[in-house]
Amino acid sequence: MTVRVQTADFDAGREIAALRAGDSRVGAVATFIGTVRDVNDATHVVTLTLEHYPGMTEKALEAIVAVIHRVGTLAPTDQIVLVAVTSAHRGEAFDACRFLMDYLKTRAPFWKKETTPEGARWVDARASDDEAAALWEPPSGPR
Amino acid sequence: MPDSRTSAITVQLVYLARLREAFGRAGESLTLQGADSSVGTLLAVLRERGGNFGLELGAGRAVRVAVNHALVATDARLGDGDEVALFPPVTGG
Repeated sequence: MTVRVQTADFDAGREIAALRAGDSRVGAVATFIGTVRDVNDATHVVTLTLEHYPGMTEKALEAIVAVIHRVGTLAPTDQIVLVAVTSAHRGEAFDACRFLMDYLKTRAPFWKKETTPEGARWVDARASDDEAAALWEPPSGPR
Repeated sequence: MPDSRTSAITVQLVYLARLREAFGRAGESLTLQGADSSVGTLLAVLRERGGNFGLELGAGRAVRVAVNHALVATDARLGDGDEVALFPPVTGG
């Protein structure tokens, strides 16, 4: 398992190769790469700065598989996050990849701040992300 | 039974993201009177300061709390020396 929080960019091909190296049981690799968009809520985005809570971030991500999450100031088209999952068949890999992203967006202590032509602003959390993450919990489970 | 009127605990507060900017500091050390302090007690003490503390921690504002790096609910109990982080809902990924 690899979990890294870093300012440097990452090479998805190299990370995927390392993840599946030498394991001939792997028949499926699902990955998700998040990148910076140049528009959010109808406003042009110049840069996106990611902040995290050192100490808690690593602990929150330990539960999951292979994740690289960048912090610091990024520009549109830059890569933000890589989630990579391997399994014997595609169903489990897709499911795990989606679960990891839903978890990241609602439980891991990262925050985004955008600069726009009108100034800087913190990105608000989306209720739809909470709802997506809740779908993975048992119906009567604690929130 | 310890006497809750005379005992006190000191916690290390960490403010993150928008809250750090609104409060003008990255954290502080705070002593709470009484042995039965919860996260809710702490939030009430901070809210009473008014200004941006009252605004950001007031009704209708979503605040997340982590004690020693684990997310907790407002009824969680606090102990002496705990690291208590306050932050807005996360937006990573």
